Amino acid sequence: MQLNQTQVTTNGSPELLKKRSMDGRLKAIAAGEWFEPAVHPDLKQQDVVLEITGFNLWYGAAQALFDISMTIPKGKVTALIGPSGCGKSTLLRSVNRLNDLVDSVRISGDMKLNQDSIYARGVDVIELRKRMGMVAQKSNPFPMSIYENVIYPLRIDGVRDKAMLDEVCEKSLRGAALWDEVKDRLQQSALGLSGGQQQRLCVARAIAAEPEMLLMDEPCSALDPIATSKIEDLIDQLRGEYTILIVTHNMQQAARVSDNTAFMYLGQLVEYSPTRTLFQKPQLTETEDYISGRFG
Amino acid sequence: MNSSKSSTVATPLAQSRVAERVRTGYRTKTRTALAAHGQPYVWLAGGMLALSLAMILGLLTLILVRGTGTFWPAPVIQVEMVDGRIHMGEITRHSSYVPREELLLALPAQAMGAARALLAAQDGVSERFLIRTGNFELTQEHFNWVSDFAINSTSYPQWALLFERQEWGRFYGMPEAFLIDGERVATTPAEVWGKLNEHHRDVRRRWQERRALETHEIGKINYALEQARLQVRGAELAVEAAEGRDGKGSPAQQKALLHLGAAQAGLAQLSVEADAEYGRLRGEINRINQENARFEILVTTADGRERALPLAQIVRAYTPNQLSLGEKFGIYFDRWLEFLRDDPREANSEGGVFPAIFGTVVMTLIMSICVVPFGVLAALYLREYAKAGPMISTVRIAVNNLAGVPSIVFGVFGLGFFCYLMGGTIDQLFYSAKLPSPTFGTGGILWASLTLALLTLPVVIVATEESLAAVPSSMREGSYACGASKWQTIRRIVLPRAMPGIMTGMILAMARGAGEVAPLMLVGAVKLAPELPVDGYAPFVHLERSFMHLGFHIFDLGFQSQNSEAAVPMVFSTTLLLVAIIALLNIGAILLRNRLRRKFMTSQF
Repeated sequence: MQLNQTQVTTNGSPELLKKRSMDGRLKAIAAGEWFEPAVHPDLKQQDVVLEITGFNLWYGAAQALFDISMTIPKGKVTALIGPSGCGKSTLLRSVNRLNDLVDSVRISGDMKLNQDSIYARGVDVIELRKRMGMVAQKSNPFPMSIYENVIYPLRIDGVRDKAMLDEVCEKSLRGAALWDEVKDRLQQSALGLSGGQQQRLCVARAIAAEPEMLLMDEPCSALDPIATSKIEDLIDQLRGEYTILIVTHNMQQAARVSDNTAFMYLGQLVEYSPTRTLFQKPQLTETEDYISGRFG
Repeated sequence: MNSSKSSTVATPLAQSRVAERVRTGYRTKTRTALAAHGQPYVWLAGGMLALSLAMILGLLTLILVRGTGTFWPAPVIQVEMVDGRIHMGEITRHSSYVPREELLLALPAQAMGAARALLAAQDGVSERFLIRTGNFELTQEHFNWVSDFAINSTSYPQWALLFERQEWGRFYGMPEAFLIDGERVATTPAEVWGKLNEHHRDVRRRWQERRALETHEIGKINYALEQARLQVRGAELAVEAAEGRDGKGSPAQQKALLHLGAAQAGLAQLSVEADAEYGRLRGEINRINQENARFEILVTTADGRERALPLAQIVRAYTPNQLSLGEKFGIYFDRWLEFLRDDPREANSEGGVFPAIFGTVVMTLIMSICVVPFGVLAALYLREYAKAGPMISTVRIAVNNLAGVPSIVFGVFGLGFFCYLMGGTIDQLFYSAKLPSPTFGTGGILWASLTLALLTLPVVIVATEESLAAVPSSMREGSYACGASKWQTIRRIVLPRAMPGIMTGMILAMARGAGEVAPLMLVGAVKLAPELPVDGYAPFVHLERSFMHLGFHIFDLGFQSQNSEAAVPMVFSTTLLLVAIIALLNIGAILLRNRLRRKFMTSQF
C-alpha cells in the first residue's frame, strides 16, 4: 500500500503538473526543435573579445551544440549556466580547441578571437591556445615545482631569462592571490598544495602568459566553500583586467561573480543577458523556472 | 493485497508464497548464510596465497641453507673399514638404504656376523656416508660411499691436513715432513705445520707474481705483436685492392706497397724486441719457479702412501680437526672471498666466479641501456601518436605475444641476425685483416645483450604503455591549454609523470634478462672466459668478447662437470649469488624509482 501511494504522488502531483506546463520551450528543445535565443540588447553593442557565430558541434553522430551565436565582451566575466550535459563545457573547450583532442568531434560555424578566426583552415592551434588561459574543473598542477608550474607557458616558449621568469612567477602568483602562501616554498612540488591552493596555482599558470581571455571550467566544483570563496574573490579581482568566460553549475556563483550570464539547455543557447537582468527579470519564463529551481 | 491480485500465477502455493513475502518483506531472514559471508572463499584465497608464499620461502630457504653451507670447513674423519681399507675425508652427505645380500657376502667372514647383527638391529636398513676422500691422482676417485655395517672404527686424527690445490682437487693426509731443497727440515706434525705457515704465504706471493708475468706482461707483448701482424695483413689487403683497382705498378699500388713494407719492417723489429722481452720474462719466471720448487711438504695418505706436494700448488691448507670457531669462520669467509674475487679452477668446480659475476652485471646493464629507450619510444608511438584502430590493436597483440615466445627462439634469432649478419658485416667492413677468424661475427657480450634486450622489449613496452595511459588526461589538457605542443607535453609532463612506471618496466626486464640462460648459450656465454669484457687494453671495452654468466655457470656446474659431487654445493652457492645479484640490481632500480616517484607523484587529497 505504501508503494502505491508514492506512485500516485510522483505521477500526478498538482505541483509537478504545473511545472510541466511552464517549461514548454524546454520540452520542445528536448524534442529537437530549435529556437532563436533571447539575447539582451545591451550585449550586442559591447567591445567584443570573442565572437561565436553559428557554431555546431557533433560527438560522432550525436549533436552537442546547436547553432550557438554569442559575443563575449571585453574585460567582463561571462558565466555559462545550465543543467548537466547542456554543452556549456563543450562550448568552453571549443574556444581553445581542446575538443580537437577527441577523435570523433566535428564542428561547423566559426569563432573569432579579437577578429582572428579560430576554426579557419591553417590556424596554428598551438599559437591560438597561447592567447588563452584555461582553468580546469579539477585542478591539474603538473608534476613539478610550484615555480616551474607557474612559468610553464614561458618554458615551452623557450624563455630562459631567469630574472624575467622570476618576475612573471611572482606577478602571476600575486595575481592569483597565492604568493604569500607559497613564496617560501616555490621549489617544492606543486602536488603538495591543498586543493584550493592547487586551483589558484592553475589560475596563476593561466594568467602567466597574459592571455587575451581566461576560460574557467567549473573551477570550484571540487573545492570546499572556503576555497570556493577565495577563487570567487580572485575572479572578482581579475575582472576588468581579463576577459573571463566561466562555466558553473552553481547559479548563486554565477549571480555573485559574473557580469553577464548565458543559460544553455541541451546544446542550445536559451537566454543571454546581463546577470542582474537574467536573475531578476529574465526574458523567458523557462529561464526563471530554471534559476528558481523549478526545473532542472 | 494488491500484489497478490495482480499475480498471474494462480496456484495456491504461489499465492501463499507471495503472501508470505508481502508479510515478511523481501529481505528479512534471521541469519546470513555462510556462503553469503564468503568466509570459505576468504580462507580459500588466503590459503592459496599462503601456499605460494610457502613455496617461494621454501625455495629461498633451500638455496640459502645449501648455498651458505658450501664453504663451511667440516671435520676430517678417518674411517677404517672391516676389509682393511682406510678412508680419510669430509662427510658430505648421508642416506639410508637397504643393502643387497651380495654386499654382505663380499665382507670378510669374521666381520659378517657383526654386520648382520647391526643390520638386524636397524630393521635391515643401513646408513651410508659419502666421504670426500680427494687425492684424485692416487686413487682416481674424489668420493667414496661407506656403509655403517662395513665400518670397523672411526676417528678424527688431530693432525689430519686438508689441502686445496691449484690442480687435482683436494688432498687429505697427515704431515710427514717439510722439505726445503729435498732436505727434511721438520718432521713432527707441529713443526711441519709451523714451517708450512712460515713459507706458504711467500711462495704463493711469488706464484701470483709469476702468473701476473705470464698473463699481463706476456699478454701485452702478444697483443702488440698481434696488432703489428694485423697491420701487415691490412696493408697486404690494401695492396691487393689497389692492384685489382688500378693494376700492377700503378701509383696507388706503389704507395700501398710502401705501406706494406713499413708495416713488415715494424713487425720484424717488434718481433726482435719481443723475443728479447720473452727471454727476459722466461728467465724471471724460471727463477720464480726454481725458488718455489724448493719448498715441498711430504704428506702421508690414510692408506699409507707418501706424496710430496709443492707449496706453490697449495691454495689453502688447514688442520680441520683442530680449528676453533673463530678459525672456522676465518676459513669460511676466506673461501667466500675467493669465490667472489677469483677466477675459476678445476673446470669451474673450484675457485671463484668473478668473471661470471662481472659478465652477468655488465650484460644486464648493457641490456637495460639498450631496451629502455627502444621500448619507451615504441610505447610512446603506440600510445600517443598512432591512431587507434585495428592496425594498432594487431601490433599491440603481437607485442604482447612476443613476451610469450620461448627464449631459445630469441637465441636462434640473435645468432642468425646479430652474430652472423650484423657481426659478419662489421667484420668485413672494419676487421677484414683478422678474417677468417671472426671478431664481431661470433657470440659476444654485445650480441647477447641485444638479444636479451629484444627478449625483454615487450615487458618494457607494456609497462610503459600502461604508465602512459595512467597519466591523467587533465594533466595533458592543462599542458595543451598552456599552448604546449604534443611533443612538449610528452617531454615535460607525460614522460616525467610516467617515469616510475617506465622504471618498473625496466626492473621487470632486468629481472627477466639477468636470469635468462637458454639464449645466451647461442650468442656468447661460454664455460670459461678469463678475459673480461672491460680491461686495460685499448679500447678498454671489448663488447665483441664472449663472457661468463652466472646462470650458464650454474648449468655448466650442475650438468657438465666431471666432478659432479663436488660441483653440486657450488651450484647452490652460485644460485644464491645469482639471486642476490638480481635482487641487488632490482633494489638499486627500485630505489631510483622511489626517488622519481617522490619527485613526481607526491599528492595529497
